[in-house]
Amino acid sequence: MSFDVAGTRRQFPILSEIIDGKPVHYLDNGASAQTPLAVLDAVRRYETTGRTNVLRGVHRLAERATEAYEHARAQVAAFLGVPAMEIVFTGGCTAAINLAAYSYGALLKAGDRILLSELEHHSNIVPWQLLRERSGIELDMLPVTTDGRIDLAALPRLLTPKTKLVSLAHVSNVTGALLDVRPVVAAAKAVGAKVMLDGAQYAPHGPVDVPALGVDFYVFAGHKAYGPNGIGVLWAKSEILDSMPPFMGGGSMIGRVTLAKTTWAAPPRRFEAGTPPIGPAIGLGAACDWMQKLDWAAVHEHEMGLVQRVMDGLQKFDGTRLLGPAGLQNRHPVVSFVMDGVHPHDMAQMLDSFGVAVRAGHHCAQPLMDRFDLDGTTRVSLAPYNDDSDIDALLTGVAHAARTLR
Amino acid sequence: MSEQLYQERIVALAKAKTGAGKLASPSKSARRDNPLCGDRVTIDVRLDGEGRIAEIAHQVRGCLLCQASASALSSVAVGRDAAGIADVRRDAERAIGREAGEAGEPFSAFAPVAGYKSRQECVLLPFEALEDALS
Repeated sequence: MSFDVAGTRRQFPILSEIIDGKPVHYLDNGASAQTPLAVLDAVRRYETTGRTNVLRGVHRLAERATEAYEHARAQVAAFLGVPAMEIVFTGGCTAAINLAAYSYGALLKAGDRILLSELEHHSNIVPWQLLRERSGIELDMLPVTTDGRIDLAALPRLLTPKTKLVSLAHVSNVTGALLDVRPVVAAAKAVGAKVMLDGAQYAPHGPVDVPALGVDFYVFAGHKAYGPNGIGVLWAKSEILDSMPPFMGGGSMIGRVTLAKTTWAAPPRRFEAGTPPIGPAIGLGAACDWMQKLDWAAVHEHEMGLVQRVMDGLQKFDGTRLLGPAGLQNRHPVVSFVMDGVHPHDMAQMLDSFGVAVRAGHHCAQPLMDRFDLDGTTRVSLAPYNDDSDIDALLTGVAHAARTLR
Repeated sequence: MSEQLYQERIVALAKAKTGAGKLASPSKSARRDNPLCGDRVTIDVRLDGEGRIAEIAHQVRGCLLCQASASALSSVAVGRDAAGIADVRRDAERAIGREAGEAGEPFSAFAPVAGYKSRQECVLLPFEALEDALS
């Protein structure tokens, strides 16, 4: 069955905007995806018919808000195939990793090791470096192959009995490479290490069967998955969450507070101090529902057809190099490229004049840029609502940049 | 929009690469990074006995605007001291709309950048590196 891209586009009001006389060709989905009406409607419903704080309140609005917030938790849990009480709402994906680094990190001791990779987003590097400074753990880095994948051949060398956690990008935000999770989990389990996946770039492309992956932690961002800003998710197995101390202290996360001592609430509440981002959580729940209604086999075929067009089109320009897997296998719809003589920022700025939104720079992955000796790349990242007109505009803009800027 | 940004004069300044390279024995050097975009400018200067620039060279790992600015700056830097460079910077700031008044040459070329706030730092980065070198 083919995917109804036109019908999908109609659900995203921003895609019919005209800005400075140009249509919106939005190819910066890896940074932030657009939001469908189903999500906007859910947030509006809460804000206009149920807005108040969650928990504790006994009035009807409080009941309504709490019910909607917990329903959102259940929707996200269904999207990941896990129990609702294992879903912790955070302020974003970065916040989720920081939470894990702080709270799970508190269980680690000097000399314990955490294994990352050279292609991680800064948000999956820096929180662990901060932990290293706090507690004396050690970090190891899996190298990256020439085609932009995490080099799993190095796993036996870098995994040791001291390794307590392996934390890797499920999909690279620069190269689009999809991680082969199975050997990572098998090798990590063999030394007793836990596995965390950064699903920021994976979750926007379909439901995640977390139990089948066999990992211990999974994180993703709401705004990249068609949800609102200011919301993210940390999932961890309940026995792990139970063992973790709180990250932030405040209301909602307590059992009993006395001036002498405070006890903690059970997860997930233990990790949701203060008033949570209620509207954004409800929006993310709606986004997860929206995603679950799509035929992802058809969507994936559609997205990867466009990726093939992007890759074929870009490679026709002299001096253009793609960063990442050469084929479509085990990759997601993220394509990074560099063009000799045209700086990525100039490329992106020129594309903007064609109504094309892409991202340029280091993509918060400076160690990966160092690996390839690059200052940055231009990144095209797709979503189900992209169509051939977006790719036509992209390639027209790239041709113009190639002609005029070098 | 952006097409107007890359006007011939800016592209020509970047391609001219005036002052591109390194000095064999600089009196002072400085490097500046823009953490937002990763652009990097390194400036070498040789000063005369009175603190004026006798020779200047720059290395830019950055965008066309940054290259054009480094090239323009190098074309007018020789013979100026720190105060003279501050005057030139005001010219650049006038061009990009950060200061009132008309920009002198060659910085008037940067007038289109006035409409692109996110790119103005690209123009100013070489000045910041040179100011560091002279401080």
